[in-house]
Amino acid sequence: MTEVAAPPPTADLLRPHAEQVFAAELVALHSADDRPRPPHWRMSPWAVVTYLIGGTLPDGTVISPKYVGARRLMEVAVATMATDRALLLLGVPGTAKSWVSEHLTAAISGNSTLLVQGTSGTAEESIRYGWNYARLLAEGPSEAALVWSPVMVAMRNGTIARIEELTRIPSDVQDALITVLSEKTLPVPELGIEVAAAKGFNIVATANDRDKGINELSSALRRRFNTVVLPLPDSAEDEVAIVSSRVADMSKSLELPPVPPAIEEIRRVVTVFRELRSGVTEDGRTKIKSPSGSLSTAEAISVITSGLALSAHFGDGELRPGDIASGLLGAVVKDPVADQVAWSEYLEVVVRERSGWAEFYSACRELS
Amino acid sequence: MATAALVAEPARVEVFGIRHHGPGSARSLLAALDDYQPDAVLIEGPADADPLIGWAAAEGMEPPVALLGYAQDRPSVAAFWPYAVFSPEWQAMRWALRRDVAVSFCDLPAAMTLAERRRSSPATADHPDESEPGPDGEPTDEQPPLDHDDAGRQHRQATEDPLALLAAAAGYDDAERWWDDVIESRMDGASPFPALIEAMAEVRREVGTVPGLAAEQEARREAYMRQTIRAALKAGRRRVAVVCGAWHAPVLTLPLPPANADARILRGAPKRKVTLTWVPWTHERLASASGYGAGVTSPGWYHHLWTAPDQPIVRWLTAVARSLRGKDLMVSSAHVIEAVRLADTLAALRGRPLAGLSEVTEATRAVLCDGDEVAVRFVTDHLVVGQALGTVSDGVPTVPLDADLTAQCRRLRIRREPTTRQHDLDLRTSHDQAKSKLFHRLGLLGLRWIQPAESGIQSQGTFRETWEATWRPEYAVTLVEASVWGTTVEAAAAAKIDRVAAEGSLAELTAAVGDCLLADLPDALGRLLAALAEKAALDIDVVHLMDAVPDLARAQRYGDVRRTDTASLRQVSEALLLRICTGLPQALAGLDDDAAAAMRRRLDAVHAAIGLLAADAAGGLLAASAAAEDGAPSTSTPGPTGRQRWLAVLASVADRPDLNGQLAGRIIRILVDAELLSDAPVRLHRALSHGVGAATKAAWIDGFFSDGAVLLIHDPELLSLLDEWVSGLGQEEFVDVLPLVRRTFGAFAESERRAIAGRVAAGAGQRPEQRADDDLDLELAAPALATVRLILGAA
Repeated sequence: MTEVAAPPPTADLLRPHAEQVFAAELVALHSADDRPRPPHWRMSPWAVVTYLIGGTLPDGTVISPKYVGARRLMEVAVATMATDRALLLLGVPGTAKSWVSEHLTAAISGNSTLLVQGTSGTAEESIRYGWNYARLLAEGPSEAALVWSPVMVAMRNGTIARIEELTRIPSDVQDALITVLSEKTLPVPELGIEVAAAKGFNIVATANDRDKGINELSSALRRRFNTVVLPLPDSAEDEVAIVSSRVADMSKSLELPPVPPAIEEIRRVVTVFRELRSGVTEDGRTKIKSPSGSLSTAEAISVITSGLALSAHFGDGELRPGDIASGLLGAVVKDPVADQVAWSEYLEVVVRERSGWAEFYSACRELS
Repeated sequence: MATAALVAEPARVEVFGIRHHGPGSARSLLAALDDYQPDAVLIEGPADADPLIGWAAAEGMEPPVALLGYAQDRPSVAAFWPYAVFSPEWQAMRWALRRDVAVSFCDLPAAMTLAERRRSSPATADHPDESEPGPDGEPTDEQPPLDHDDAGRQHRQATEDPLALLAAAAGYDDAERWWDDVIESRMDGASPFPALIEAMAEVRREVGTVPGLAAEQEARREAYMRQTIRAALKAGRRRVAVVCGAWHAPVLTLPLPPANADARILRGAPKRKVTLTWVPWTHERLASASGYGAGVTSPGWYHHLWTAPDQPIVRWLTAVARSLRGKDLMVSSAHVIEAVRLADTLAALRGRPLAGLSEVTEATRAVLCDGDEVAVRFVTDHLVVGQALGTVSDGVPTVPLDADLTAQCRRLRIRREPTTRQHDLDLRTSHDQAKSKLFHRLGLLGLRWIQPAESGIQSQGTFRETWEATWRPEYAVTLVEASVWGTTVEAAAAAKIDRVAAEGSLAELTAAVGDCLLADLPDALGRLLAALAEKAALDIDVVHLMDAVPDLARAQRYGDVRRTDTASLRQVSEALLLRICTGLPQALAGLDDDAAAAMRRRLDAVHAAIGLLAADAAGGLLAASAAAEDGAPSTSTPGPTGRQRWLAVLASVADRPDLNGQLAGRIIRILVDAELLSDAPVRLHRALSHGVGAATKAAWIDGFFSDGAVLLIHDPELLSLLDEWVSGLGQEEFVDVLPLVRRTFGAFAESERRAIAGRVAAGAGQRPEQRADDDLDLELAAPALATVRLILGAA
């Protein structure tokens, strides 16, 4: 039989939870926070916003920014959690939706693990409750035979439950949420009981708005959510900062052989992504076609990471334009016809003319 | 304060420092006026507009309206002082008129402000849109000389909206909310104005003055205001109320400094003759979105704050919900309830006593619009800015656009008469050319007074135009309407073009290029071309681009007749061409017969246009064709490279199997004409060989031979191939193909057909070599050759 190792200590985890990584910050905020807290909240809404946006506490503790972007978005998100409306984080893939949802729950409830991962196979049991069938058969219906879903647990404890990729869940299963969100209670007719939500219960859902049409939310459900759209980063500098810090984190945790992080290559990838995404060059002088892909920051991060891996294992240990070109091509050209046109037009019109980009240009030309 | 110190002096002057276009200020001001009961009201505004104040109470005056002052000798030098219903100045006027209290303006007269304009920045005086003063008539100059340093910027912001500065210091992004929170709700009903004067004095000390034109101007304005106050006191007014921007308030209070200094500042200030009038205004133009220095970003919201009797947030969100429903977006009352709650919670989170526009907008976005930015933008355009259009009483004097038109008509000797009159113009004379320009511009403005007509003199020349003019009284209204576009016909027409540039489709833009050239609006043309280039870059459909190019090439020709500079036009056409070349291969794939026929027309049109462009670039047909024949990559002239690129793209697709027969034929033909293919007979043979269906062959032939009779007459090899193909057809095939082929050859001219038939009858390929050139008389031919050379432009 395969031997299963004992659970590794937190430091050895591939990816620890937010509340584990930032435990110290949460404690500091908790003790510095003297503002009124909604019931069952670990800290006041103001402290939650500070946790997300970053800042310095009166005692000098520096809170690192979790979300780089507009403060008002986080304020709307936190204000929503403080009302009894659920929060829907929308955005193209890679705009830190799940990241925000995780940190939001970690800050408010101190626990980001009450998570339902939405897939097309997600069943009603994962939103309501299931049964321990052995027990059900042996003892008949009883509370002991009930298997609690994360949502149900959150209702009982007055904490926040997370639902990832809400729009991937089949519509009939999504609708199970309507009762939970409007009545704030979950009846269990088999036992003749109901689980009523304690104050402080709420739901954060994330959805990808490029997936519209897969399982569009019914308007009844939609009405129970406040929507916050997370945009792609505003300025190039923000994005370069996000990409380089995440790349550094990731290559550390993936234990890639050290390759000097070539800031100009990162800048180059970010520039290419931003220009193609916005359809205009950074200097605002030339309009270009936007490809169909989302070209999110997360994709920029993965282009750089795979470039690093390429150059570490197969290259000369330094991040070269050639290492990122292939990843970049894959990220940009999702639709073989239209995107290819956009990409080659971009190469010819913009890249070719740009000084210092000659090597990059020829690397890309070779591939396409 | 000032009043308390002046017990001995019975005359009182109360200064009300307001926020321009601030509904909160307006409300406080009305309360303060009721309380103070002045016998004279002085309002910051051009003093020479005093006779116009009476109109504010007239029937048919609906704000937003603006006071407009323009130089009589040059209407384009103009300034606007707009007022909305929630502007404190407007409310002060109405308050005084209702109670029969003397009311007048106290700022520098427009006669001086506009004279100043000429002195400070003559270069930009032609662009009234950019030279609009701030809402207080602040001549915030087009290029404020102090903008590059921080102090200057701060100073400018302070003079424009000093309350916004205070609000920002208090952490507010909406100065109106700040006014409500800080001034209104914490004043215990007492007038906020004395405290404001103190605060403003502090701000003035803090910001200081930055020497320069703006400071001089400010000194002059404040000196004038003080002089007006002195005059009012001298006239025996006992209770004077001064309504002015908060910034000026501290320097207008009693005791006033000695009058000599002010008189000295004002002495010898230049003046010029101006006309003042009221014009209708719009909320849209009040908003900073239309280039207003100290404009307000949300006139609609302010209007709401002013008009809503209570519960502004609830009423606002209900209005938003209603307008969204009008757009077929499902928004229920439950949504509105939740939006109000979110707005309140957000305000609490941000530590504000009441929700402001930003909270309300966030709530609208998150709850009512489901995060849909398009819907939010709709709400912003529709409600936050608002689309209110003011009206002006009938009796109010004319607008500058009208004045400009009248002046131009007088100069060009065109009369407004109700009977139809025809104008035959010869564009080679400058007088007629000016007329033509004016007519085209009026056409752009939608004034149907003068319209193109059928000419009695038939002429194909590009230098002749015929117009018909019939004046109708309602055109006066059209003129006033058009006056929102600009103060002169030229500026207004250019603004129209700019609107097309901003909103039109690619086709509209290309059409506008021609109009623009005809109306001689070079600046607008530049902007239009930039917009066109952008649109073209975004347009995924190569077909649209192909439709655009011929128009552009033609427009370039117009330009030549009128001697306008068309270099930028050429640049845009070339950029378009580049994009067409990139996209063409995809666009040619998988077309059915109809689509292919349309595409073939486009190919021809683009090809012809490229010929024109190349010709112009190289300065003459001969040079261009020479360059093309050499095939030399002459990078210095972009025309031939564009042409080469185009031909190269065509060559690259010519052999594609998925090409519709018509297109394949046509492309080969173009390449043959460009002498890039030497194997035309082989290709013809291949296209007509057994493996290909009859219909495809016929399509190919149509593509290749249409308008190509000459080729058939002079290339025996091709003719014999064609002949062989036709005679080699089976009976059934022949019947199938006949109508198709007939369509192609039926289009040839009678004589061409006869010549071809003659060649076929004589036996294909046995055309006698006509070498009769030997007995050409070169001497006789020389003059003819010279003429030909002249026509081709080689001379």
